[in-house]
Amino acid sequence: MPPRAPADDNPRTTTLEAFADTIVPGEKRYPGDLAVAGAAEGAGAVQAGAIELLEWNATGVTEGLDDYARLLGDHARDYAAEHGLTLDDSLPPFVALTFEHRTALVRRLTAPDHPEKAFWVLLALFSNMAYDSAAHTSTAEAIAAGHPGLLAMGIARPGDDGLWRFPAHSYGRPLARLHPDTTPSGSPA
Amino acid sequence: MTSTERTDVLVVGSGFGGAIAAYHLAAGGARVVVLERGPWLGAQDFEHDFKLGSSYTRAFDFVVGDGMSVLGGNCVGGGSVVYFAAMPRAPRFVFERHGTIGRRMWPASVSRDTLDPWYDRVAESIPVTTQDWNDVTYAGGLWAAACDHSGRTANPVPVAIDNAKCVNCNWMMAGCRFDAKRSLLTNYLPAALAHGAQIRPLHEVQRIERNHDGSYRVHYDLIDEEDYRIRYDGGAIDAKIIVLAAGAGATPVILQRSEATLGAMPHAVGRYFSGNGERLNTAVLNEDRVRDVLGLSRGDGLAYAANQIGKGPTVANWDRLDGSLPEFTRYSLEQLYFPPGLGTILAQVADAAPGESTWFGVKKKEMLRRWQSWLIIFQMIEDANEGVFGPPPAKGNADRVSQQMLGVGRLKYDPAETTLRAWAMADAEVKEILERDGLATVTAWTNEVIGAYTVHPLSSCRIGDDPATSALDDRNELRGHPGIFVTDGSAVPGALTVNPAMTIAALAERAIPGIVRAAQDRGVDVTYGAPAPDGGTSGRRGVADLLPSLTRR
Repeated sequence: MPPRAPADDNPRTTTLEAFADTIVPGEKRYPGDLAVAGAAEGAGAVQAGAIELLEWNATGVTEGLDDYARLLGDHARDYAAEHGLTLDDSLPPFVALTFEHRTALVRRLTAPDHPEKAFWVLLALFSNMAYDSAAHTSTAEAIAAGHPGLLAMGIARPGDDGLWRFPAHSYGRPLARLHPDTTPSGSPA
Repeated sequence: MTSTERTDVLVVGSGFGGAIAAYHLAAGGARVVVLERGPWLGAQDFEHDFKLGSSYTRAFDFVVGDGMSVLGGNCVGGGSVVYFAAMPRAPRFVFERHGTIGRRMWPASVSRDTLDPWYDRVAESIPVTTQDWNDVTYAGGLWAAACDHSGRTANPVPVAIDNAKCVNCNWMMAGCRFDAKRSLLTNYLPAALAHGAQIRPLHEVQRIERNHDGSYRVHYDLIDEEDYRIRYDGGAIDAKIIVLAAGAGATPVILQRSEATLGAMPHAVGRYFSGNGERLNTAVLNEDRVRDVLGLSRGDGLAYAANQIGKGPTVANWDRLDGSLPEFTRYSLEQLYFPPGLGTILAQVADAAPGESTWFGVKKKEMLRRWQSWLIIFQMIEDANEGVFGPPPAKGNADRVSQQMLGVGRLKYDPAETTLRAWAMADAEVKEILERDGLATVTAWTNEVIGAYTVHPLSSCRIGDDPATSALDDRNELRGHPGIFVTDGSAVPGALTVNPAMTIAALAERAIPGIVRAAQDRGVDVTYGAPAPDGGTSGRRGVADLLPSLTRR
């Protein structure tokens, strides 16, 4: 691990990273990584490109990222006060929470009765998409470049033309009795 | 003063309801213009790519509502381009359903028997074929074997796929690169074009008004081809006949917005929406148990690990499609594929500890690591037509969030007790089948994040005999608005317990003779009787006896 990657330590970025890391947690990128909590082995949503995806205006959330970071900070401060936690003043409030507290807060913000639920679900959706579909980059290129989410999920590599084909696809034998009322068209009666 | 463009028939939308109408009316001699809000893509445009802006996000739409989110097509060919091409006919009992209205929901003139000749027409036109066990994918075979192991039956589903061309890439939702899927781009739409129909992509219809001479004026905006949030000034077209087929998530919205210029709408416009009772379960398979208990092997050392391989659903369990069972307790359980992105976020872990989330976090990431061993099971129960559309947004059918695909609509869906009970029954049955002998761990998708989820929106502008609970008469004409017909999924009265495309298409075929008669009555020189798009005539012969009742004045 490099001692300290030239990471963006802009509070907006680290706050959004901490959120994305709560959705798909990853290992720390470098010793002292504060945004990524290190709650899971292997790379998570942050390393998978969550910030790149969120900062692409095609998502529709880019213009709202300042609000996301600010509101997340406000909620984190309220949460900390409610739970008697003392936050490190030198960090953005959400980043200053432990992984368990970040999780509890995100669960609260995305719960069915929360007035801002739709807003936070959207951020969670894109955080997840950065990891499980690399929606900010071409899928074939992402796999070739070792995208951590697609690789962890075991997604097969495409052919040389960037297309997938699976010649072997069937067990090739009857595996159940047919419903007795099936019509000649293959439909239920 | 500029004159407004005129045509005989204006079709809104180019999915099943629009394409079938466009073909028959153009072939019969009418001037037909089709307005489609999405882009016009062909096989070479269909990419294997999850990147935003690829065909995957250009061709379909995901509209988040209050309690229900809807996936639908957004391109020339509509749902047929992005769907999984499962084409079963609806079981007989479906047509006898009462739902919540205390009487038969379907018109007296529609039953499985009277619809079968129209199903035959569609089967010939698409064409729809049966599959055998060699066509069934690993995922379908696994589901069949698990059903069999638990004493149940399982059926390969009929499909609109040319299996000889299919490479089992499982990218059907992005459009078929190999033209193996028999979408409307391969049958009705080219035939409509050959007969002179015009198809105009990126034209989004906003509202309809009535002209003094009884014709209608349709107003549209132009949509940017890359960023659908950007719209340009459009125009208007006058037509003697309107065929609305914008999909069950958009047709009622256009009519709601038109109320000021068309007059009062039937009560059922924008009500009785059904999500076709859909719900998804994710099973994570234990590969060793799949091999040891079910005796399955791919021949390469793997038992399954084939979530990525296939062509959507290939096998369904129909044991609960039994007309002797009470309504709201009948359903099918179908193996399905759902791609990453929208197909993983709602899957829940089985072992979340207190304080952990079921749909995100450390354990969810671990579940994703097992993704190739996932098997998704699709339930289609009988819901209670709970959905209601609120007042329409300023434009379109949703406020678009992303450049493509994602928007926020006005649908509200609060599941009835009967719906929740049926989902619970189906959840329990899937668990019983797939957790038997340690085969898998099964969880349902959460409804707490974006509500329930449907890929088959229905019934928001439905046919029926009762004016209080149906927006259309039994020939798909909008009550109180002669000359406006609705032929898409919104016309289907309720959940079908199977994939609905075949029924939507058959109902659209059935509506054509009445639309032709209405056009004739308005002075359009048009006749009914085109063959199948490839020239086949057996379907036409099969419906000949039914025409008099559909063309009565």
